[in-house]
Amino acid sequence: MDQFTLNLLIVGATFALYIGIAIWSRAGSTSDFYTASRGVNPIVNGAATAADWMSAASFISMAGLIAFVGYGNSSFLMGWTGGYVLLALLLAPYLRKFGRFTVPEFIGDRFYSQSARIVAVVCLLVISITYVIGQMAGAGVAFSRFLEVQNSTGLLIASGVVFMYAVLGGMKGITYTQLAQYCVLITAYTIPAVFISIQLTGNPLPPLGLFSTHAESGLPLLTKLDQVLTELGFHDYTGLHSSMFNMFLFTMSLMIGTAGLPHVIIRFFTVPRVADARKSAGWALIFIALLYLTAPAVGAMARLNIITTIFPDGTAEQPIEYSQQPDWMETWAATGLLAFEDKNGDGRIQYYNDASDEFAATAAERGWEGNEMVTFNRDILVLANPEIAQLPGWVIALIAAGGLAAALSTAAGLLLAISSAISHDLLKSVFMPKITDKQELMAARISMAFAIAVATVLGMNPPGFAAQVVALAFGLAAATLFPALMMGIFSRKMNRQGAIVGMLVGLGATLLYIFTYLGWFFIPDTNMLANTPDNWLFGISPLSFGAIGAVLNFLAAYVTMKLTDEPPAHIQDLVESIRVPRGAEGAIDH
Amino acid sequence: MTLDRTAAAYWKANIRIILICLVIWAISSFGFAILLRPALAALPFTIGGVDLGFWFAQQGSILVFIGLIFYYTWYMNRLDREFDVDEK
Repeated sequence: MDQFTLNLLIVGATFALYIGIAIWSRAGSTSDFYTASRGVNPIVNGAATAADWMSAASFISMAGLIAFVGYGNSSFLMGWTGGYVLLALLLAPYLRKFGRFTVPEFIGDRFYSQSARIVAVVCLLVISITYVIGQMAGAGVAFSRFLEVQNSTGLLIASGVVFMYAVLGGMKGITYTQLAQYCVLITAYTIPAVFISIQLTGNPLPPLGLFSTHAESGLPLLTKLDQVLTELGFHDYTGLHSSMFNMFLFTMSLMIGTAGLPHVIIRFFTVPRVADARKSAGWALIFIALLYLTAPAVGAMARLNIITTIFPDGTAEQPIEYSQQPDWMETWAATGLLAFEDKNGDGRIQYYNDASDEFAATAAERGWEGNEMVTFNRDILVLANPEIAQLPGWVIALIAAGGLAAALSTAAGLLLAISSAISHDLLKSVFMPKITDKQELMAARISMAFAIAVATVLGMNPPGFAAQVVALAFGLAAATLFPALMMGIFSRKMNRQGAIVGMLVGLGATLLYIFTYLGWFFIPDTNMLANTPDNWLFGISPLSFGAIGAVLNFLAAYVTMKLTDEPPAHIQDLVESIRVPRGAEGAIDH
Repeated sequence: MTLDRTAAAYWKANIRIILICLVIWAISSFGFAILLRPALAALPFTIGGVDLGFWFAQQGSILVFIGLIFYYTWYMNRLDREFDVDEK
C-alpha cells in the first residue's frame, strides 16, 4: 500500500471516530453545550484540556524551536506548563465554584457591571479569533501535505469536520472528541521519539535518553551535541545566548498568558466539583508533560541526527555527497521546506554557521563557500522524524493524524469560547435577555457555525500577521483576563471601576507596546521603532510584554479602587462564598 | 483555646499554602532554571553532561509543577474537610 492510501485510511479513520463521538454525545441543552452539564470526569477533562491546549504549534513546531536555539527556548517548556500551577492554585477551583458558563460572565457578575463584561468579551474575541486563524491555517497546510490536495480544499475538509462535531456536540461533544484526539496525538508524537531515542542512546524513554550516553561516541548526548555544533561554528546547545532578563520575562508572560486563555479556563467549568477542578489541572499537566518532556529530547536528538547524517565521519571530515543523501532529505527537499544549493560546486553538502566570524577562517581553509543547507524549516523535525528513524509508513500516517488532531482540537476549543461569548455574553445578557434556553442553544450553534465560517475564510487568506498575533493573544490574555479574574477572587474590595480601568490599561499598554515595534495592527512599515533589542524599553521584547501588562493592570486597578467606592455588600458576600467549596453543586442552575 | 474553624481562618490557611507553593514554583523555574543557573553550574556534579540548571529548564521544573498541583490538591482536600467546607 502506498503512503498516500495509508494517510487517507488513518486520517479518515480518526475523523470517523471524532464524528461518531459527536453524534453519540449530542448537546441537548445550553448547559450541555457550554459546560457538558458539568459531568466530566476530572481525568478525562485533564486529557481534553491537554488536547485543547496543545495546538499545532506544540505538536509540530515546539521541538524545532528548541532544537535550533537549545537552552534559551526552554522558556516555551516552562512557560506553557507553569501556567497550570497558576490555574490550579489561583483560578480553576474558584471559577468552578462560581458556576458560570463563560469567562466574561464571571467578570460581569463579580464586578456587577455590563461594561466590564463587554470589555472582557472584546478581549476574549481578540485573543481567540487571532489564535484560531493560525490553527485553521495550520490544519490546511497539514492536509495539503499529507492528503495531497489543494491548501484550500484541505482547509475546507478541516472546517467541515470541526463543524460536524463542534456545532452538534458543543462542549460535550468537544470534550470526548478531544479525549480521542489526545490519544491520537500523543501516540503519534511518542512512537518515532522512542525509536530515535533507542537508536541514539539505547534508552527507550526519550526524556531519559536526552540525559544519557550517546551510544556511538560514548559521550553524554548533550556533550556530543554541544561539541558537533561548536565545531561547525554554531552556538553551543546548552548555553544561554540571549538576555537572562528577557528569558525570565518571556517565561513569565507565557505562564500568565496560559492561565488567562479563555478556552483553557472554560474547560475547568465542566467538572462536577471544586475539588475536581484542582485535580483536573494536575491531570491536564501530566498529559501535557508527556509531550513536553519528550519535545526537548526530539529537538536535541533530531539536531544531532541531522549533523551526523551530513558529517558521517565527524565534523572535521568531509560531509556527504548530494548523491548519498538519505531518502528523507530528498522527500523533504521536494516540498521546498528543505533546500540545498551547492555553492562551491564540490558535490558535497556543507552545513555550518556561515554567520560566525570565528569559523570563517576554518571554512575558507576547507574551501567552503557558504552554508549549503539554505532552507531548513524547523517544523520538519517532528514531521520527518518517522522517516529519519526509518519507521514504516503507518507511523508517518499517524503523524499526519496527530498533527491534525492537535490543530483541530485547539480550533474546536477556541470556537466554543468564541461562540459562547457571542451567544451567552452578548445575545443573552445584553441584546436579547428574553430568549429561552432552546433559542439560546440555537443561537449558540448559529454563532459557532458563523465563527467556523469566519475562521475558514481568514485561514484561507491568513493575514500576514497571523504568526505575530500569537504573541498578542498571549500578551492580552496575560494583561487583561488573568489579573481581572485573580482580583475578582482574591480581593473582596476590588470594585468595578478598578477592574475596568485595570483591564483597559492592560489592554492599551500591551497593544501600544506591541504595535510600536511590530506596526499598527501589524501593517508593515507602520512601526514607530525598529524591533531590535536596542530599541526595546529596558530591553523588554514585545513578546514578553504580557507580564508587564499584567503588572500595570494590577497597579491601575489598585489605585482606582482606592479612589472609588467599595463594592456593594452582596458582592463582598459573593466573593466570600466562592472561596469555600461547599455548595458548588447548588450553583449549577441559575 | 478552641481552634478557629471560621471561613476567614480557612481562607488564611489557603493563602498560606498558595504562597508556599508559588515560592517553590518560582524557585524551580525562574530560580534554578534561569537566574540561579550560574550558581548551580558551580556544583560538582552534572546530569547527562550538563549542569543542574539545564535539567531544571528542560524537565525538572515541569516535574516540580506536577508535584505542586497534586500536593496542593491533596492538602486542600484535607483542609476542606478539617474546616468542614467540603462538598458532600
